[in-house]
Amino acid sequence: MHASQTAAHELRHHFADMDQQRDTASFGMWIFLVTEIMFFGGLFLSYMLYRFLYPTAFLEGSRHMNIRLGALNTAVLICSSLTMVLAVRCVKINQRKLTVIFLLITMLLGFAFMGVKAIEYHEHWVAREVPGPAFQFEGTDPRHTQIFFSLYFAMTGLHALHMIIGCGLVLFLMINAWRGAYNSEYYNPVEIGGLYWHFVDIVWIWLFPLLYLISHQHVGGGF
Amino acid sequence: MSEPITSVKTFTSVWVALLILTGVTVTVAYLNLGAFSIVVALVIATIKSILVALFFMEVRYSPAITKIVIIAGILWLLILLLLSLTDFASRSWSLGL
Repeated sequence: MHASQTAAHELRHHFADMDQQRDTASFGMWIFLVTEIMFFGGLFLSYMLYRFLYPTAFLEGSRHMNIRLGALNTAVLICSSLTMVLAVRCVKINQRKLTVIFLLITMLLGFAFMGVKAIEYHEHWVAREVPGPAFQFEGTDPRHTQIFFSLYFAMTGLHALHMIIGCGLVLFLMINAWRGAYNSEYYNPVEIGGLYWHFVDIVWIWLFPLLYLISHQHVGGGF
Repeated sequence: MSEPITSVKTFTSVWVALLILTGVTVTVAYLNLGAFSIVVALVIATIKSILVALFFMEVRYSPAITKIVIIAGILWLLILLLLSLTDFASRSWSLGL
């Protein structure tokens, strides 16, 4: 009867039962994620319109992306999503230690992602591809390639900020899971933390082809 | 306990599928498919997003109201993107900039 006692303790008085409480928590997270879709949507709109206006400048800018590191980071994020989902699964079946371990791996993969991103940012910094007075680019339309790099840094930067927040959330969940705050009746914090983490993964799933992979399209043919 | 516990095998299968699709999208980018390659890239990104949402975010077990909110969000994003694009795509001045 331990589980039901815990459940009674965790159930807020304005919910009928644990199921309703959990559905409400997930629903609230999804409302937030929809606002996030629109938040990133503005940047995707800017990207789409400027790419439409200056296709050649974007293509040339994209040639200076490191596809290997970009693909590596995509794989890292997909792996972190798997470990996150396994953490949620473990908390649902009261596997406290495994939950902590999977959350730890998720956080470490998040750190790995940001480390690779830092290497890429450094490469762009050294190559003077950071927009601003020091921007230098050998191309047919450097002025508009600068817009590509502005969007690159804005979009990946905003995504990286979400990763930092996500790692903080996972750390918080890990500490609470270690202390035994979650169980098979009460696990919504882990579940909605997972929703956030997967959403950030989805954003990268779109950023990767749009920023990195356009360079090898239309090679020779132009737009 | 209303949500069923998804098997580890299902999760790892989705994970493998996502990694394969990443490999495919990188490979396709190196092939010269012309204007068609952006279509392939976007279709693969869509499939990957749907896989993550349905299986990892467990939208397939979400209540109907959550599904409606998600669909509404995507719909609004499409309005933002496509309606803006119709303006730029249908005016000659946009090409003269």
